Amino acid sequence: MITMQHVRKTYKVSKRDAGFSSAFKALFHKEYEYIHALDDVSFTICDGEMVGYIGPNGAGKSSTIKILSGILTPEEGTCLINGLIPWKNRIEHVKNIGVVFGQRSQLWWDVPVMDSFELLKEIYKISTPSYNHNLEQLTDMLNLSELLKTPVRQLSLGQRMRCEIAASLLHDPKILFLDEPTIGLDAVSKLAVRDFILKLNKEKNTTVILTTHDMQDIEALTNRIILIGKGSILLDGTIDDIRKDYDSTEEALAAFYRSHNI
Amino acid sequence: MKKYFAFFRLRFSMGLQYRAAALAGIITQFVWGTMEILMFRAFYHADANAFPMTFQAVSSYVWMQQAFLTLFMAWMMENDIFSAIVDGNIAYELCRPIDIYNMWFSRSLATRLSKAVLRCMPILLAALFFPAPYGLMLPVSLPAFLLFFLTLFLGTGVTVAFCMLVYMACFFTISSAGVRMVAVSVVEFFSGAVIPLPFFPDKIRRIMEILPFASMQNVPLRIYSGDLTGSAMGQAVALQLFWLFALTGIGKLLNALAMKKITVQGG
Repeated sequence: MITMQHVRKTYKVSKRDAGFSSAFKALFHKEYEYIHALDDVSFTICDGEMVGYIGPNGAGKSSTIKILSGILTPEEGTCLINGLIPWKNRIEHVKNIGVVFGQRSQLWWDVPVMDSFELLKEIYKISTPSYNHNLEQLTDMLNLSELLKTPVRQLSLGQRMRCEIAASLLHDPKILFLDEPTIGLDAVSKLAVRDFILKLNKEKNTTVILTTHDMQDIEALTNRIILIGKGSILLDGTIDDIRKDYDSTEEALAAFYRSHNI
Repeated sequence: MKKYFAFFRLRFSMGLQYRAAALAGIITQFVWGTMEILMFRAFYHADANAFPMTFQAVSSYVWMQQAFLTLFMAWMMENDIFSAIVDGNIAYELCRPIDIYNMWFSRSLATRLSKAVLRCMPILLAALFFPAPYGLMLPVSLPAFLLFFLTLFLGTGVTVAFCMLVYMACFFTISSAGVRMVAVSVVEFFSGAVIPLPFFPDKIRRIMEILPFASMQNVPLRIYSGDLTGSAMGQAVALQLFWLFALTGIGKLLNALAMKKITVQGG
């Protein structure tokens, strides 16, 4: 169970005009702007739910994921995940979650994938039988057998992403955060990843929270969507709430963004 | 503990795979050591009595320094850590059930040790066969030799703990370059990496010997070369222990502060 209440996160951003003279001016006087990445965000997500967390660029999606995974501390508000406050009980909390940041890599660049997995086994103190079982299952479902002995630097993006997803599930997390997991994947890999997430949710009842710009991901995976814009939640409902009479979800979403001026 | 050891192991085996880098390092350090000894030779020719250490002790100091260079050089910091902080990849490290400080500490230690293991043997062996007083002398006594090893590890610990402060400082600035440059130059000068500390004027030396930088390579190298003995040696070891705890403590404190105000850059 995830509850987030009245969460606020502000970033201090330094701003200046382009050009040499303003760069020189900024040496003496810096101007800052405060960006409200999250402004009074509240929601509740139950165990085993699959939720699509969507919004335009810079809406606060990643910030939310980072708060939920204990990386960022918000200024205001409360957040409880299975009874723990992520940023206060970080180490305890992260034992039960898996995170995939589509734009980053958690695998060690210059060693084979297996070495990274073995390290994760130690980090999460996974028992050998359950590690072997999970590894076998993940290898099978994500078609990894060819990849495990290859150094990460020599994998393609899609291959790496499949390994990344496996890496975040070795310890049987109850909650999985996916931050743009299908970014840059080809059609086959995308379908494989989607199938896998669906299966995972069905078989292990893992709660999945997914951010993406790919509406097909959302349509294929989630019933519930939370739409965020400029740091506030604009909609918490189903995909049909946005879709209405538009032909494609993409168009409907663009129209929704425009109508809310975000 | 076991998980930090796993980090250590992975990093250690990673360090061992860079053979070409090790070979290049061995050659560089060999040439550098020879050059340094030739330079000191010129000074000692002018007036051997004007110097606080015997020429043989200086030669041993230089060879030991070159052999274990990777344990003590402040500029050998983990670039991965800096880039993780700057580009935000630290996000992943933060979603692991581990303490960032301990993990980075064991990682840095492993990198330094693995590099040293690869490089020290050829240099030590070759230096042993150099004619006296240019070569490496055998240890003065067995206890001194054992104490050399102990202080070698303590010194490495102090070096890593100091580098940890630099990583932590990086959380509070956008670019690490400035902090790094200052830290590295200070360590080089004050630790005895450029010239051994006994060569400094007495008044300055007394202050320098209390600073944490003197607890790095200064102690083990001088114990080996027989320059540091008796009660001065005891004091030096005690100081090493003190600085190891103090620097680790400060580092952990900074770590806790950084975790509170961390912002992950870019997406």
